[in-house]
Amino acid sequence: MQVPAELRYTKTHEWMRQDANNEAVVGITAHAQEELRDVVFVELPKVGQAVKQGEPSAVIESVKAAFDIYAPVSGTVSRVNEAVANTPQLVNQDCYGKGWLFAITPTAPAETASLLSSEAYEKQIKA
Amino acid sequence: MSMSGPLIFERSVPGRRGYAVPPGDVPAVPPGDVLPEDHLRAAPPRLPEVAEFDAVRHYTRLSQANFSVDTHFYPLGSCTMKYNPKLNERIAALPGFAWLHPLQPAAQAQGILQLLYELEQLLCAITGMAAFTLQPAAGAQGELAGLKIIAAYHRRKRRARSTILIPDSAHGTNPASAALSGFTVIQLKSGPDGLIDLRELRRKLTKDVAALMLTNPNTLGLFEREIKTIAALLHEQGALVYMDGANMNALLGISRPGDMGVDLLQLNLHKTFSTPHGGGGPGAGPVGVAKALEDFLPVPRVRKVGTRFRWEARGRATVGRVHGFYGNVGVLVRAYAYIRTLGREGLARASRAAIINANYLKVRLQDTFPVPFDDHCLHEFVVTLKALRARGISAGDVAKRLLDYGCYAPTVYFPLIVEEALMIEPTETESKETLDEFAQALRAIAHEAQHNPELVRRAPQRMVVDRVDEVKAAREPNLRWVEPDPSVQAAGSKPHAAPPLGSG
Repeated sequence: MQVPAELRYTKTHEWMRQDANNEAVVGITAHAQEELRDVVFVELPKVGQAVKQGEPSAVIESVKAAFDIYAPVSGTVSRVNEAVANTPQLVNQDCYGKGWLFAITPTAPAETASLLSSEAYEKQIKA
Repeated sequence: MSMSGPLIFERSVPGRRGYAVPPGDVPAVPPGDVLPEDHLRAAPPRLPEVAEFDAVRHYTRLSQANFSVDTHFYPLGSCTMKYNPKLNERIAALPGFAWLHPLQPAAQAQGILQLLYELEQLLCAITGMAAFTLQPAAGAQGELAGLKIIAAYHRRKRRARSTILIPDSAHGTNPASAALSGFTVIQLKSGPDGLIDLRELRRKLTKDVAALMLTNPNTLGLFEREIKTIAALLHEQGALVYMDGANMNALLGISRPGDMGVDLLQLNLHKTFSTPHGGGGPGAGPVGVAKALEDFLPVPRVRKVGTRFRWEARGRATVGRVHGFYGNVGVLVRAYAYIRTLGREGLARASRAAIINANYLKVRLQDTFPVPFDDHCLHEFVVTLKALRARGISAGDVAKRLLDYGCYAPTVYFPLIVEEALMIEPTETESKETLDEFAQALRAIAHEAQHNPELVRRAPQRMVVDRVDEVKAAREPNLRWVEPDPSVQAAGSKPHAAPPLGSG
């Protein structure tokens, strides 16, 4: 199972990538997309919307059920991935790349400390 | 995919009719004279033109391809697909019920009003609540009405309350209803035993909580043993306890939500009280409330004055009307017939039998498929098919293979706290022989999964319609028939269904 070392993770299977311009890009992990199976619908937050760490910010619907996607850190939504709204299978095909969901401008950067490292996340999904 | 025949639209022949309308004996009025222009069609609707006989054959054939409670074992967890006694139908078809008009004056409808009044009293006795409305037409509409009552109650008390606590084992409609009512939903994580974790509840129970919405027994088929403590905690904070009564089939005549501290609940008559369900008929989701909430119930209400019954259209604090007229009255008549037929002791025996059937089946299956939250269950239980993953088989595959064995598929992938879940609810109406056959079928499928997994992955194979592409159906829904392009037809091509909506 792919768990890129440069990303940070949540217990609820989101990944987050801190970009150079201090933007935090969010998606779901390879493990999560495999659990969900074929994604058929993605509901994204609105640009400018405030999100809070650990609170539902997007919804992914698969053939199995609908799942809330939790914000890894608090902040304001700066961008959303329109491509994934039109082509939800991107989440299955390329969850760490073209299947990203939304980006946040963090308002409480200290929260990042509470996220999991790739080793810690890998340990969690193997448990 | 092999279809069983053409669509009714494809059977259409221009000008073919199933009946002849006699000449009118009233003067014709052009629709444009009496209806606003934007309500008029430019062209008549393209309805299929077939003879009565074509329509009868077409729909009879489709009905024979169907799975239903009347044809197959239907262990659809959380849906209580019990047998619908035919006596209910005979009672509902009595001319005095069947021919009533909803606008008939109360003086001419004393019989049905008495029945509705008595049904409310019976539901109060069964649940321990103080009053009921029979208006909501489904369980989820009952939830919505209940949440409106919760909001109205806090408004009256001048308390600002914006959140609803919901355990992760709740029915999916609970958070949906709460969100639709304008509340913020806060999820409670279940404890390791699959029940509400009191520490988690205490942590999240703030002064902003309007109510806890819980299902009891929960979707794992487990009874919330700490319900009285839970209710007391909520009440200390001035919050209410809403119970989703969809699983009431485990409690009839055994315990009453009103005695547990529940403030309001909805019942699903189409589950617990044997009225037709799913494609078989409309639902009914009456809401029962404790005394303190009675003023908020929807109007109209049926009142008894002396020996007469009448409608009361006004209420001081009512949340208003939630259904035209008084709900799905035909369904209410059937539920009344069921309750009267079984009586107090009969209802208790039905619930006991439902619990015994579920526990029997759970034990019969435990060597094949484990139950993650293993306790004495009530009316249903949830197994995990996680072990089959190594063979590339999902819970959905097993569910579809069960169709080949003549059993309707149990609920899959729910609740979400169990991986590869199959949620099984046999109900009280099934015999030991049927339960044994079902256990045998699941064991046979487990064997196939090891020795011929392709058979399971490609199921169903013996149905009229074989494996459908659920992913394509969800991503590119094709929801209506569109007349084929005549130029394509003229070129000799076979007419085919419409392109997916939204693709062009």
